Amino acid sequence: MAWDRNQMAARAAQELEDGMYVNLGIGIPTLVANYVGDKDITLQSENGMLGMGPFPFEGEEDPDLINAGKQTITELNRTAYFDSATSFGMIRGGKIAAAILGAMEVAENGDLANWMIPGKLVKGMGGAMDLVAGVGRVIVVMDHTNKAGESKVLRKCTLPLTGKGVVDRIITNLGVLDVVPGGLRIVECAEGVTEEELRAATEATIVG
Amino acid sequence: MTGSKKVYADADAALEGLLHDGMLIAAGGFGLCGIPELLIDALVKSGVKDLTIASNNCGVDGFGLGKLLDTRQIRKMISSYVGENAEFMRQYLSGELELEFNPQGTLAERMRAGGCGIPGFYTKTGVGTVIAEGKEVKTFDGQDYILERGIVADLSIVKAWKADDTGNLVFRKTARNFNPPAAMCGKVCVAEVEEIVPRGSLDPDMIHLPGIYVHRIVQGQHEKRIEQRTVRKRETA
Repeated sequence: MAWDRNQMAARAAQELEDGMYVNLGIGIPTLVANYVGDKDITLQSENGMLGMGPFPFEGEEDPDLINAGKQTITELNRTAYFDSATSFGMIRGGKIAAAILGAMEVAENGDLANWMIPGKLVKGMGGAMDLVAGVGRVIVVMDHTNKAGESKVLRKCTLPLTGKGVVDRIITNLGVLDVVPGGLRIVECAEGVTEEELRAATEATIVG
Repeated sequence: MTGSKKVYADADAALEGLLHDGMLIAAGGFGLCGIPELLIDALVKSGVKDLTIASNNCGVDGFGLGKLLDTRQIRKMISSYVGENAEFMRQYLSGELELEFNPQGTLAERMRAGGCGIPGFYTKTGVGTVIAEGKEVKTFDGQDYILERGIVADLSIVKAWKADDTGNLVFRKTARNFNPPAAMCGKVCVAEVEEIVPRGSLDPDMIHLPGIYVHRIVQGQHEKRIEQRTVRKRETA
């Protein structure tokens, strides 16, 4: 037993507080928007928008209105548009309270790798390096292990970094861990997962 | 009516006398949203080559900047995210095309800074990553930052929604994106728009980019292709 994609997204949504401006990455992080409930959350899309709305109804797509994943979206009554330099100004300037992102690897010192695998097709970092360097809190949502069953929660990242010492909290299918001095601290285990199972699946040092 | 001298009949005329092989061009747009598609077509027709293009992306196969790949007119791209087209990857992997990755915010700020007379700036983006290699590191208040350079382009090509004949620009929704910083960093900026309106008909308080940054304007029809069409179902009663 462990959390599925939607349960991970629901758990990540608990990290968000009323009034926050938040940037959600592609994949499971996008699903977090479905679980914010009544909380007053403003979503940022780094191509130049605050107050991102849901996908449009068929026939109402607007080529001038897309998110950072290049998908057609809609605006809300709170929406504001701005240029890319202003957008990354608010990111770099720490105005965005949190970013929820996927990852390939996270290390116990908060290092994050999520943009390239050497020898494989490299498409670029997009805005990921700016986001992890700039926002108030970086929350990673990912599977605890890769397809080969190896831990993605490591002592040291093996892949090229997106950011050094940038991750605050890791939410995986097995549980929640915080980056603290000396390693990772277990915050909670996923439903049906024991602390022993979580430790066994984690290569990183667990403290406390 | 000095401002009306900025209006050109078509994209070919708007680029006349501005192009030379090996030049650096900054282009606005994010994905296929807000790209200067008419000016890109005119660049293809011109045959100008060995271009370095600073643009967040490089279009798709056969559309946007992808057209300039098909004709081998691009020598180098400065981008944050590429590879949405097969021809880009083929040329890159075969060594025909040079690629400089910039983090997206760094690229936007490099353009903005270049246009604002700022030759370099320190940013924490990319510290401790491959992006920092070979760059000066400076510590401010206990935090490390890397030095990034402003970009000054030989030419900027951008797309806006409306212009008046003095070059004041208004953008629409997320099609604004890289267009203002790209426009600012060019020694010369050519803007293509959906509509040129008479001066006085744009609210001066609602101008997104003042005409001082825009030297030539052309009006035309835009395809505005959608890259990822995503929709939701209507709730049926």
